Amino acid sequence: MVSSGDFKKLDKILLFDNLATNNILNDFIDSVLKAIETQVRRSSKQQGSTSGFNNTIIIGIKEGGVPLADLIRQSIKSRFKIDCEIGYIDMTLYRDDPFSIKKPIKSTELPFNIENKDVILVDDVISSGRTVRAAIDEIFDFGRPKSIRLAVFIDKGGRELPICPNFIGKKIKAGKDGMIHVDILSKEKRVDKIIKK
Amino acid sequence: MGEGKKDLISINDLTKSDIYYFIETAKEFKKISLKDIKKVPTLRGKTVVNLFYEPSTRTRSSFEIAQKRLSADSLNISIPQSSVTKGESLKDTILNLESMKPDAFVIRHHESGAPYFISKITKASTINAGDGINEHPTQCLLDIMTIMEEKKDIASLKVAIIGDIYHSRVARSDIYGLSKLGAEIYLYGPYSLLPQFQYSQNVKIASSMEEAVKNADVIIMLRIQKERASYYFIPSIEEYRNFFKLTQNLLSLASKDVMVLHPGPVNRDVEIAGSIINENKTHILKQVENGVAVRMACLYILLGVQKN
Repeated sequence: MVSSGDFKKLDKILLFDNLATNNILNDFIDSVLKAIETQVRRSSKQQGSTSGFNNTIIIGIKEGGVPLADLIRQSIKSRFKIDCEIGYIDMTLYRDDPFSIKKPIKSTELPFNIENKDVILVDDVISSGRTVRAAIDEIFDFGRPKSIRLAVFIDKGGRELPICPNFIGKKIKAGKDGMIHVDILSKEKRVDKIIKK
Repeated sequence: MGEGKKDLISINDLTKSDIYYFIETAKEFKKISLKDIKKVPTLRGKTVVNLFYEPSTRTRSSFEIAQKRLSADSLNISIPQSSVTKGESLKDTILNLESMKPDAFVIRHHESGAPYFISKITKASTINAGDGINEHPTQCLLDIMTIMEEKKDIASLKVAIIGDIYHSRVARSDIYGLSKLGAEIYLYGPYSLLPQFQYSQNVKIASSMEEAVKNADVIIMLRIQKERASYYFIPSIEEYRNFFKLTQNLLSLASKDVMVLHPGPVNRDVEIAGSIINENKTHILKQVENGVAVRMACLYILLGVQKN
């Protein structure tokens, strides 16, 4: 997170404006929905029902993954008329470096049984993959999901763990110093690259 | 949290926002105790030494559970079976344990100031789990957490603290903590067990049980401490019971949604009428539940500071 006081030392470059961000966002959500659709069709062929829908739950990684997870859920609702269960996860306590970043702990909210569910894990930006590792670890403390798939809006590269997202909105190369800031909550959606000077 | 504070010795070392930070963190940790798998890996590889020179059920077990739920390795030194009985000094005990590279000491001691003394000779975090008649900061934090769960704002609450104020480290920490957050505090107890000086503007000494509990939002009852010779300060337990016990009648004078707290262990029918406890009108068990969360928060915050 970049607090307002830090901005003086940072150089902020706009990568995608409102329109471009919107396009990436729509494509991204589309690709996730298509995958669920295929999965539903397959399971309905096997079982003669549409149970695949009810088996999908969406988990957003706090804070960046939360609005994206909400958007995916809304799209599923409007396209398939199915209300997926949604949860949010704060993996601070599962970090491999629990004290290197000083920020208050937020709540993990998974108010449902995740046993045997198909989980879609959502985050805004992926880099080293360590956040995802911690989030997966935390999910397993709540039960044994049938599968976990990873959807990230921006992949800025620099992976340090063997973690590969199933769905990616856009790949942007950004070095260690480059931070990608995604804002899809404001009226004018935007993706910025922030470089420490 | 102020920069570089590795120890929790006194509530007075914490600012108002520090106190709120501890409580907010504890609220999140409380949820871990409600999960199926009551464990997070946060303090993996950290070693915490629990040194209890005085008997304890609640504080000791909640500190130990807190350590286990955070995946820290805990070591409990049983004082009667330790070299303390052979005459080893507190300083030598700590320096020897220090050589084994612990990350924190949790210390309860019958001498006031022992945790402060230890914090000066060790690099590890030192957490005061009650020292003599001085302070019990984690009890104060869990009392504040319990109160804040029901009353939104501590400021302007009337809090009555009744009993052996003089020997009570809980009272001292609660007075510091609650008055810092703006509560109006009324103290009452046998004259010989009341503090002989004024704490601050919003701490008053009541002249009767009725005055103390009237319209109170929170009543904190304290234990008569046999081990600290409270008995020499009062004529008899019977007399104490007659004048300083919280009864149903007295309770009816308090505000409608009054909270009754007691740090435990309770001497039933000496400090609080057994019927009040039996009818679940107290928050004693809530306090114990929050105790685990508060101690998890303390370990997390203090050990984190140390690493930075």
